[in-house]
Amino acid sequence: MALLDVRNLSIDIHGIRPLGGISFSVDKGEILGIVGESGSGKSLTALSVMGLLPLIGGRIERGTITFDGTELTTLPEPAFRRLRGRRIAFITQNPMTSLDPVMRVGAQIDQVARLHLKLDAKAAQARSIEIMEKLRIPEAATLYHHYPHQLSGGMKQRIVIAMALAADPDLIIADEPTTALDVTIQAQIIDLLVELVRDRDLALILITHDMGVVAQTCDRVVVLYAGRIAESHAVQAIFANPRHPYTKALIRCIPREDTVTGSLTGIPGAVPSVAHYPAGCRYHPRCARRGPPCDGIVPALEYPTGGGEIACHFPEGAGDVHV
Amino acid sequence: MSLAIDTQTGAGQSFRRSVAGKVLLTPKGGISGCYLICLLLLALLAPWVTPYPYDVQELSIASQAPSLAHWLGTDEFGRDVLSRIMYGARTSLSVSFTAISVSVLVGMTLGAAAGYFGGMFDRFVTAAVDLSWSFPEILIALILVAIIGPGLHSTMLAIGIAYLAQFTRLTRAQILGLKNETFIEATRNLGASHGHIVFRHLMPNALAPVIICGMLATGDAIILEATLGFFGLGAQPPVPSWGAMMSSGTAQIFKAPWIIIFPGLAVAVTVIMINLFGDALIRALDIRAKLREG
Repeated sequence: MALLDVRNLSIDIHGIRPLGGISFSVDKGEILGIVGESGSGKSLTALSVMGLLPLIGGRIERGTITFDGTELTTLPEPAFRRLRGRRIAFITQNPMTSLDPVMRVGAQIDQVARLHLKLDAKAAQARSIEIMEKLRIPEAATLYHHYPHQLSGGMKQRIVIAMALAADPDLIIADEPTTALDVTIQAQIIDLLVELVRDRDLALILITHDMGVVAQTCDRVVVLYAGRIAESHAVQAIFANPRHPYTKALIRCIPREDTVTGSLTGIPGAVPSVAHYPAGCRYHPRCARRGPPCDGIVPALEYPTGGGEIACHFPEGAGDVHV
Repeated sequence: MSLAIDTQTGAGQSFRRSVAGKVLLTPKGGISGCYLICLLLLALLAPWVTPYPYDVQELSIASQAPSLAHWLGTDEFGRDVLSRIMYGARTSLSVSFTAISVSVLVGMTLGAAAGYFGGMFDRFVTAAVDLSWSFPEILIALILVAIIGPGLHSTMLAIGIAYLAQFTRLTRAQILGLKNETFIEATRNLGASHGHIVFRHLMPNALAPVIICGMLATGDAIILEATLGFFGLGAQPPVPSWGAMMSSGTAQIFKAPWIIIFPGLAVAVTVIMINLFGDALIRALDIRAKLREG
């Protein structure tokens, strides 16, 4: 069984159901990408796995989340708190605001190790500096004493990653870890994360809206649209042969070398808000391949012979669909 | 890169130095800072530096005008006014510092808990704060002293409670803004408990405006202490307090005005200096906007 196994997850926030039946799994040494536009439910998925839904007034309605044999949906909060940071770590979107402005960055890394591993101040400091060095932070012993405002965005994100690594977790969930950074720094941070996964045999869930990042890093990818899985497959397969019209549209959005200036494409329309999900396939109002059943019948998630999952009435290369 | 790091080495100390520098190097902050340090030293060292004991009466030299022997004159019992003002500084400063410290500590805890946890507790605290906010501090202090009885400790307690609402309210407002910050979320995601979040992250971030507010309230507390002393509700004779000295001077205000003028000046100058220092501190910490939120 995989390290983290999410089955048929549905959540309920004050009567609204932004996620309907999501399933995915990720194992050690594996990078899973969760892709979708804003509002597709990526961050809510992460929040569910972290057990933090009650904070925003939500709860898990159906489904199971199994982490290393433990069922998380019924885990009491004190036990969950010992898991958070210790076994499952979370990297937030914006490193600029993810650090406490009045605490030295070193102390912020220390506190995680002290909290979970019960290290004393000296041992925690040595460990933090070691982690900072591994993350290729120059002059780690000096930067350890700096305040966040003295560091650049890329350095701050490394500190945030160091905090996530401080208690030696098994699973890291990174919610758009590079969106707030320059492109060159983005590449460095992504490389760093990939290297960590390979070296430490971590499991990584990378939440992003950037198919380009997915192509470079992930092993598998789940494409979410409006709270449902549109398609999921191994990365090579999905880029070689995207079958869901939405996946195809997302891949078309990646700028390429041969992209003519001024010809960047987007997907017309916007993700519907949770309160106004259309009937049938939720993507059909924006879909070029829509046909009669799309506005009435929800496409079932199918498992084609080539592997992966897809939910579409008219997938590309429909000949080989195996119901 | 390395240049940028070199100039920032030992950042914590240089940060603190620069705040102290920004305060003390301005005319306002420099003058008020020096005054307050001198006053603090005089109060601390009063038993060794006062020219006369504060409580020995010598009726033969009662109500004498300022002279070389008694720089600020003597009071109606022949006690040296200067010595009594120096001892009075002890009373004034210790009462107001203790009262405000207690008030800040309790107010911060109450405000942080109310702001962080919300719910019924928050509503109860907010209602209590709003209720006490609608009375003047002097009224609250008078009522409390009337209940507990006069004396130094009850003055401290009364002043402390009278200013509680202000710090609770300010801290609560700060915490409300801070608790949704990403770094709080990030800390929670790493498994921190409520206590850790409140004491290690929220409170330190809310501290600067509370310190300023406490500084300014100390000035008010000195006036309040003098007022209570004037009514005979503060320190009991023969322990000198500026308020009580002014009160005893009223009887001879035309015959021996120095008895009332000099303690009055001590109160006025000290409060002005504390306010100036607070002003310089606000500018140095650059938190005017944050204070307005409270």
